[in-house]
This record gives sequence, C-alpha cells and structure tokens, in this order.
Amino acid sequence: MLFSEAMSTGFFNLAPLVVLFPGIGLLFNMVFGGRLPEKVVGWVASLAVGAAFVISILLAVSLSAIHGHAEIVSVTEWMSIGSLHLDWAFRVDTLSVAMMLMVSGVGTLIHIYAIGYMHEDVRFKGDPTRFQRFFVFMNLFIAMMMILVSGDNYLMLFVGWEGVGLCSFLLIGFWYDLDILGRPSLENAKAANKAFIANRIGDFGFLIASFLIFTYLGSLQFDLVFAEVEHVAQPVILTITLFMLLGVVGKSAQIPLFVWLPDAMAGPTPVSALIHAATMVTAGVYLVARSAPLYGTVPAAQEIVALIGAVTALFAATIAVAQYDIKRVLAYSTISQLGFMVAAVGMGAYAAGMFHLVMHAFFKALLFLSAGSVILGIERGYHAMSHGKKGHGFHHTDDEVFNPNDMRNMGGLKDRMPVTFWVYLAGTLALAGIPPFAGFWSKDEILLDASLHYPVVYWLLTAAAFMTAFYMGRQVWLVFFGKSRHEAAEKAEESPRIITAPLVILAGLSVLGGVLNLPHFHTLGHWLEYTLGELRISEFSWLMAGQATLIALFAIFLAWLLYGRREQAANEPDALKKLLGPAFVVFEHMYWIDEGYAAVFINRYKDLARFLAEVIDGRFWHDWLHDSVLAAGFGKLARFLADPVDLGLIDGIANGLADLTQWVASRLRRFQNGFVRSYALSVLLGVVLILGYLLFR
Amino acid sequence: MVPIEYYLILSVVLFAMGAAGVLARRNALIIFMSIELMLNAANLAFVTFARQYGQLDGQVFVFFVIAAAAAEVAVGLALIVMIFRSKHSIDVDQMSSLRE
Repeated sequence: MLFSEAMSTGFFNLAPLVVLFPGIGLLFNMVFGGRLPEKVVGWVASLAVGAAFVISILLAVSLSAIHGHAEIVSVTEWMSIGSLHLDWAFRVDTLSVAMMLMVSGVGTLIHIYAIGYMHEDVRFKGDPTRFQRFFVFMNLFIAMMMILVSGDNYLMLFVGWEGVGLCSFLLIGFWYDLDILGRPSLENAKAANKAFIANRIGDFGFLIASFLIFTYLGSLQFDLVFAEVEHVAQPVILTITLFMLLGVVGKSAQIPLFVWLPDAMAGPTPVSALIHAATMVTAGVYLVARSAPLYGTVPAAQEIVALIGAVTALFAATIAVAQYDIKRVLAYSTISQLGFMVAAVGMGAYAAGMFHLVMHAFFKALLFLSAGSVILGIERGYHAMSHGKKGHGFHHTDDEVFNPNDMRNMGGLKDRMPVTFWVYLAGTLALAGIPPFAGFWSKDEILLDASLHYPVVYWLLTAAAFMTAFYMGRQVWLVFFGKSRHEAAEKAEESPRIITAPLVILAGLSVLGGVLNLPHFHTLGHWLEYTLGELRISEFSWLMAGQATLIALFAIFLAWLLYGRREQAANEPDALKKLLGPAFVVFEHMYWIDEGYAAVFINRYKDLARFLAEVIDGRFWHDWLHDSVLAAGFGKLARFLADPVDLGLIDGIANGLADLTQWVASRLRRFQNGFVRSYALSVLLGVVLILGYLLFR
Repeated sequence: MVPIEYYLILSVVLFAMGAAGVLARRNALIIFMSIELMLNAANLAFVTFARQYGQLDGQVFVFFVIAAAAAEVAVGLALIVMIFRSKHSIDVDQMSSLRE
C-alpha cells in the first residue's frame, strides 16, 4: 500500500539516502568496528553500499515512471553570499542515476570481495587491526562518489570530487609503511602523495573553471548555468571548458597528468578495482558529460578533449604491452580505456562514452578483482613454499625479493585457479572487444562515431584497440597458460567463495552487459537523452564491427604466436622484446615520462624549493636579516644600554647618592663628640640664634 | 622703690654666670649648681614682672620651677652618685661613652 503510494509520487525524497547509508556505515564501523569481528565490519560496510544500490534502483524506477524528467531534491540551504545561492540539493536525472547505479552496484560487489581479500591481505602484511580502517575508508569513498554524481551544482560536485581524491590518497597509502611483502618501506606513501599532488593540479583547473562559471554565467547550479550559456561569448566558454579539461585529465588520468594512476596500484586490489578503475577515475568523463551544454557550444574544446582522449588511449596501450606487473598492465589499460571514454564524450558521443564507462566498470573491476585473486593465490603458494622449505619459515625474513604481482613469476594458473581463470577470460574478451561481450558493443559504438566524425581519432583508437587485445592476450597467456615459472605459482591455490562469488557476478555482467545498449534499441542512449537532450546515435555498421573484431582477433593471435605457441622460460627476456628491441624498452620504461617529469618539473621545483630554503630563508632571512641585522643590532643596542647607560648613568646616580650620603655623614659625625659641654654650647648657640631671629626679623 | 631694670640686670648677670659655669666647668656638681643659678635667674625675672604688672601668674610659675628644680636635683644627684661609683670621677668630659 505504502509502496504503491510511493510509486505514484516517486521515491525521489529518498535521494539523500544514497549518501547517508554509506555515511552511517562508516560511522558505525569507525565507532564500533574495533570491537566487532571482521565479518560484521565487512558486512555492515557492504550492506550500507548495498542499501545505497537499492535506493538507486528505486530512483531509477521512479524516474522511468515520469519519463526521465529531472527531479531536484533539496535538503537544506548551503550558503547564500551576495548573488550566490547554493543548496545541498540532489539531482536525480537519468545521467546521475546511471552513475549511482554503477557506483553502488559495482561498489557493493567489490565490498563483498574485499571482506575475503582484506581478511587475507591484513594477515599477509601482518597487521589485522587495519581491517576496520579499510572499510571505513571504502564507505567514505562511496559516500563522496555519491555526492559527486548526485550534486546539483558545481560546488557540490567539487566537494565529492575532493572527497574521492582524499579517499584515493588514503587508500593508495593504505599500507603506507609496508611494501608488497609487508617489509618496511615508504614507496606506498610516496605513490599516495604522487596521486594526490597530480590530482591537485587538476583540481586547480576545476576550481578556476568553477570561478569563471560563477563570474560569467552567474550561478553554479547546473540548470541556471546551462540556461545562460547562449548569452556568453565563445572565448569565455572555451576558457572555462579548457580549465575544466585540466580537472578531467587529472581525475581521469589522461595525458599529461596520467602518471599517478600506475603508481596508485600500490593500494590494495579492491581499491584499484573500485577507485582506480571502475568509479573515481570516470568522474572526469562524467564531468564532461554533465557539462555537455558547455562543451556543445565550443567545437574547439570538444576537439581538444577528443584528441587528448585518443592520444592517451594509444599511448597508454603501448606502455601496457611491455609491463610485467599484472596490476600495472591493467592500470595502463584503464588509462587507455579512459582515453576511449574521454574521446567519446569529447566527440559529443555521450551515449557511447557513458555506455563504455559502465561496461568498463564491469569488466575492469572484474579484471582487477581477478588479478587480486591471482595475487592472493600466488601469495598463498609462496607462503606454502616458504613453510615447506624452512618448516616454520616466515616470508618476511626471506632474502629473495619475490614480487607476487610479477607475471614472470606466474604461468600455468589455469588448472590451479579455475574459477579465477574463467572469469578473467570473460573480462579479457570483454576488454579486447570480442563479440558478444560487453566491451565489444561499447567500444564499437565509440569507433563507429569516430569513423564518421573524427577520422584521426578513429585511427588512434583503432590502433589502441589492437594494442588492447594484444596486451590482454599476452597477459592471459603469461599468467594462466604454460608452465609455472616460480615455485609459488606451482603451489598457488584457488580463492575462497566470498572472493569468487562477486567475480562470477561481475563476469556475468561483463558477458551480458551489452544488452543495456544494443544496436537498434539503444536503451541507455535514449535513457540519457532525457537529460542530455537529443543525442547523436550512430547506427550499427556490420563493416565496422567486423573490422574491429578482426583486428582484435588478429592481435590475440599475435599474442598467441609470441607467448602461447612456445613456452616462455623463467629467465628468458620477453618474446616481444626480441621482436621490437629498443621500442620495447621505451614502452617498458613508460617512455621515461616519470623521469622526464622529474627532470623538467619536479627537480626544478625542488631546486626552487632548495633555493628558497637555503638562500632566501637560510642565508638571507636567517643569516643576514636575523643574525646580522636584527640580532647584531639588538646586541649593539643592548650593549649600549648595559655599558654607558646602565653602568655609567644609572649606577653613577645610585653610587653617587650613596657616596654623598657617606660624605655628609662623615662631616656630621664630628658634632657627635660625646662632650656634654659642647652639646650645651650648641643648645646655647641655637637659643641665641632663634631669639636673635625672633628679635630682629 | 628699686627700678625694674636693676632686678632684670641682676637676673641677666646671674643667668650669664650660670651659663658660663655650665660651659666652662667640668665638675658635674659645679655644672649642677650653675644650672640652679640659671633657673633662679629666670625665677627672679618671673617675680620681677609679676610685681611690675601686679599679677600672680609669675609667682605661681616660680613655685612650679622650684618644685621641678628640686625633683631635677634629686634625679641629677642620684645619677652623679651612680656615675661616680662606676667611673670614680665626676668629670663630665670623661662621660663620653654614648658617643658611638
């Protein structure tokens, strides 16, 4: 009864709960988590996100009941300064609800996975007390991401934007004092700082863009801003969109600010999956889609966005082919796929971009989580191995530097971790774009749109797609096929069900996700049209689809030629290295981008900082100004006051008075001679004097 | 009738003799007698003026002076006796131990 009543008016008033539920979860775990068993902490966090997912579904249902008309749920006034009026308002429209569903849906699965993953990880690293902290951070992240996608103005979006950046920092540096094997190390803390600082550069752009929007368009509330766009000169909008683009490349790890994302893999694997693959990094894509009315008026900005996305897609894909760390391959793959999405929204193909965003969330979360499962399996194998060797051996004391993420230590896991293998295969095929997996449909739509409107972007993206299929093929063969190249891989064990169950669900989504936006129906595209207006939707082309599929299959075949046909030996150089030679080294070292940034920016910055610290602060400020001018001057003044003034004048007065008194006393004591008759004479003289005075005055 | 000047001149002479005695002599007893002389010179002046102006105030005052002088002599002689006992002398110049 209540339900049907709500159906008619809609569930929109529940919108704040998508933020509130994860907030309650995090507060609960923060206060009571330390005293509760791990299972309870994990499930409370997962249920909080799950509840947010249920609310998101209710919102989607209500929204379709009123034909996608945007609904704004204002909670309270936030600030009112001059002409700036902002509310804490949740915007429920088809775009934000699509993001909410994706964030909370994938988030719930990753939370459940993390219960199993973190249970093992905290023990492997040797600090189980951090289990609770992990879920507090994760819930905080979900809450912030929900604010980001559901905010009704740019400032609220910015609050979420900063919040997820903070959570990213906290979770990359989750093992801030330990390395991958639990030995003391500061590498993770450095990676967290790198991510935070790179994001800060982007945030600066976003902030400037927000200021400009308020200055020229008079508001920060989306509807009011977009209504004003037509009345503002093009160069202004171009400036705004380009500054906003700086924020996008920071958050979504595009050229030139992508360098933080590969290092962000220092975080636990569920974090990599949730924040650095599925949700947070797509915030930039969401921002462009949300600001579509702004970008729509300036084709120049759109072209720049599209080109940056396409170049990033290819650039990152080339790096991915030469990485050995299983998570780093996926990290560069993520950058590359984000490039696809950014290119799509840049071209104005918002439906295709958002479609790929959601599909990518499914299969990349799947791939990361499966990679985590692989890593756990290897760690278990390593543990079993060192126990076998030393009887009681503890892996931390092992001298050998063993990296459980390194694909050169893997191989042959297909039979030992069958569930992980099959879901990984599903994710791989989805990412490579093999029909009918999810990634095929979304990537095909982007390529199709590009081929019709931006040929350059099309060629870049096609090359990137080729690389994508190749590096995923390489990865699958290196990890799952052939012989084990390390004892740990031989002893690897399959992960428990709490880890594999979310994987299977995500695998299902990766296989079937494409139905969301099949050609001809374009469910998601039409759903988004309610918010974004008439969208350009290209019709399916057999030629394009066939071409893309052939390219992907050819790339996988190449990968098989190099890695699958003949077994890779443990210490043998990479097969591709023999083929490409120096180019491979360039890819392997990520074009020395980190080193280049260090040489051009970071070291210059450090030089400047050192100059300021040593010369300006040290030599000028402290040595010269403080020591020479202030301290020496004060010393001189003090000496002047002490010597001539205090010793000379003040003491002179005091001693002079004393001397005078003594001198006077020595004179006066002559009268005190003890002879009564002289006293009597004095009295007589006194009387005579007084009488004389009285008589003669 | 003896003129008033004669009495007063006598009084002055007596007072001067007393004062000179106090200043010049060293014997405590002589000094004492000189003080009595000065007191009585003053008494003489009092009674002179009392008779001159026909009033009794001066006469009354003289009685008080005599009474005070008698008391003073009693104390003074006692002091002199005590000093003599400790110092075996009544030379006032030797009584200078309070100087310091």
